[in-house]
Amino acid sequence: MATMTLTVNGEPRELKAGTDLAQLLQQMQLNADCVAVECNHLILERETFATTTLNDGDSLEVVQFVGGG
Amino acid sequence: MQIHLNERTVSIQSDETLGTIRDRFKPEADILILNGFPAKGDAKMTAGDRVVLIRRGEIPEAAELEAQLMARSTPGVYEAVHGATIGIAGVGGLGSAIAVALARSGIGRLVLADFDVVEPSNLNRQQYFIDQIGMPKVDALKANLARINPNVQTALFHGRLDRDNIPQVFAPVDILVEAFDAPDQKALLVGAFRKHFPDRPLVAGSGMAGYERANSVITRRGGKNFYICGDGESAAAAGNGLMAPRVGVAAHHQANAVLRLLLGEEP
Repeated sequence: MATMTLTVNGEPRELKAGTDLAQLLQQMQLNADCVAVECNHLILERETFATTTLNDGDSLEVVQFVGGG
Repeated sequence: MQIHLNERTVSIQSDETLGTIRDRFKPEADILILNGFPAKGDAKMTAGDRVVLIRRGEIPEAAELEAQLMARSTPGVYEAVHGATIGIAGVGGLGSAIAVALARSGIGRLVLADFDVVEPSNLNRQQYFIDQIGMPKVDALKANLARINPNVQTALFHGRLDRDNIPQVFAPVDILVEAFDAPDQKALLVGAFRKHFPDRPLVAGSGMAGYERANSVITRRGGKNFYICGDGESAAAAGNGLMAPRVGVAAHHQANAVLRLLLGEEP
């Protein structure tokens, strides 16, 4: 099975080739409605998560929001 | 030599002290502030010093008010912040405290957005009063800020923020503060603003419920021009409420991050 290595919040992470962003968030057990995502310094909005294909070498910053304010 | 006296430039003799300056310009003053810190009459002067003379209990004239309000700020801070416009999305526990802290710091203009009205359960942590119950929060906050620092200009948006209106409402801001309650709304705001204005800083809050240690609340970077204040995990939930101390800690992390950004420092 082909894999790829990405950097997620500064840590290396191995994923199955072809994984999209929505699937990665699922693996990380994060609710896609409550995260902020930056991929290679580009801001991504919720609507594009399922159509954002990840590639070997991508660098992601994923921030989870919890309720309260 | 020249010094700044109540924000005006005045010429003094090189052998003058803080006391002789008081006697000459405002003999009734009983609070003498030199470069942001109270000082005694025998303090010697250096060119460029900032002096504020205050008579305890006296409400100053409008022209002098600003200088006296900022007398205890670190010199240079007011000059750096009074031209700034800061947006605050949500003026509940976080946003109302952030607005108060920034108004007290001398921020020039605040864009305040919130759909809600003041209700009794807000008063355990939000900067409102019993007699404001039922008022739109943005109106109540505007009134409270005017009583603290009338020089702060406010622009109000009373309504729900969405992907379409976020870029319009916050078009004038130099920095946006995210101060919502619901996590999906936080994410939506952060995504929409950063997408539209990737070069403008955004300071968000996440994780400040309960009464865990205050020291677990931190300010960290979450991406380009993006900072998050909170412990990142204490969600408001049944059994874990929101209370003034820890919400206030997170709010003031956010306000301090704004101040640092305006002063050119990394939060």
